Amino acid sequence: MAAGFKTVEPLEYYRRFLKENCRPDGRELGEFRTTTVNIGYISTADGSALVKLGNTTVICGVKAEFATPPTDAPDKGYIVPNVDLPPLCSSRFRAGPPGEEAQVTSQFIADVIENSQVIQKEDLCISPGKLAWVLYCDLICLDYDGNILDACTFALLAALKDVQLLEVTINEETALAEVNLKKKSYLNIGTHPVATSFAVFDDTLLLVDPTAEEEHLAAGTLTVVMDEKGRLCCLHKPGGSGLNGAKLQDCMSRAVTRHKEVKKLMEEVIKSMKPK
Amino acid sequence: MEVDEPSSRPPGCSLRHFACEQNLLSRPDGSSSFLQGDTSVLAGVYGPAEVKVSKEIFNKATLEVILRPKTGLPGVPEKSRERLIRSTCEAVVLGALHPRTSITVVLQVVSDAGSLLACCLNAACMALVDAGVPMRALFCGVTCALDSDGTLVLDPTTKQEKEARAVLTFALDSVEQKLLMSTTKGLYSDAELQQCLAAAQAAAQHVFRFFRESLQRRYSKS
Repeated sequence: MAAGFKTVEPLEYYRRFLKENCRPDGRELGEFRTTTVNIGYISTADGSALVKLGNTTVICGVKAEFATPPTDAPDKGYIVPNVDLPPLCSSRFRAGPPGEEAQVTSQFIADVIENSQVIQKEDLCISPGKLAWVLYCDLICLDYDGNILDACTFALLAALKDVQLLEVTINEETALAEVNLKKKSYLNIGTHPVATSFAVFDDTLLLVDPTAEEEHLAAGTLTVVMDEKGRLCCLHKPGGSGLNGAKLQDCMSRAVTRHKEVKKLMEEVIKSMKPK
Repeated sequence: MEVDEPSSRPPGCSLRHFACEQNLLSRPDGSSSFLQGDTSVLAGVYGPAEVKVSKEIFNKATLEVILRPKTGLPGVPEKSRERLIRSTCEAVVLGALHPRTSITVVLQVVSDAGSLLACCLNAACMALVDAGVPMRALFCGVTCALDSDGTLVLDPTTKQEKEARAVLTFALDSVEQKLLMSTTKGLYSDAELQQCLAAAQAAAQHVFRFFRESLQRRYSKS
């Protein structure tokens, strides 16, 4: 009977739960789904990570290649993120060129990398004007159950922490690059941006970590990306019902707690990994 | 064709001079051209019109936004901005009054001298009003730039945006100045965000007063 009511009146069904301050899957309004992360998952990539937020699964693989630095910034390398939402993850995505959701998420990840300065592009330069690293970060969603932005940001951060770059020296006589396959070094990660997403219900209620159903029923979504110093890298609110300053304040405090949880989880995983 | 400009610069407000022209194109149901300093955006609205069966929603109108940059083909950043403008319009347009129809907003960037997204939002709002699309409130776009020592600049030029530490763009509604849309670039603190939001809400009052005056002038003549 409940299943019938849910099909006919999904919003009313949700409201019954929200009145009791909980959600159909048993979570509180401010509770995240179980987060699991697996670092170093792909052996052929230079860095990789798999993140599961409840059912939402995102995998990130980072490959490092050579390129000539841009002419207007000869001492900088490149970081190129790309988010792919294949038809595998959800029935709403079709095969073919990237749809709107994939493009918007790619742009969001590119903005987070740019704003938070997670990696200094100067660290990626090998020889100014001649050779630099380009990090291709490919994020693929394997299962779409809402909150793709949080999962992608976490996967990207975890994969970047796993990336090991080979040592490259330029031979002065031949002007060719020589790669030392034995010596690898980790990237210098400046800040740790962590995203927290909320769904706005009925103009007043804020639900943390929305599932795909909740995102569909919600009046709007809000994503806050914060680093460990409490600075905001991104406040992404693509439309939806209005919010006042007090509600934003609540979101900020929740984002601060989430940042601590995520950082602790990542440190535990990295510590437990055997050294390569 | 109506050209409307504010009669006097609002005192104590650092917004650039703005101007708006409505009903300048003959084919779209509504059109407007919005100027903010040297930034200019042309908007056209078609709707409510027929919608493709694959895109139709049974109980409300399907909103579509197309943003064309000044030069080159539209790319991923344009798609991201289209999503922001579309979601803002969806929050205010009363789509339930026109189910199974489509409302298309086409924006063309004529010149970009800073605060482009805010100008696009203002042009889109004026074009929707010109087309007679039912809305629950008007909305406006305001951009704030924070430079390295924390000074706030409203409605920055391209040069100010490049030198700023953070650039925040907000869309606010006309009823209670609530935050409808927000997109930011750069690093800033929570307190600075609240400060920018308060300044944007104050600036929005001026923009809405300009909207009201220009519409009053237009309808009092005809």
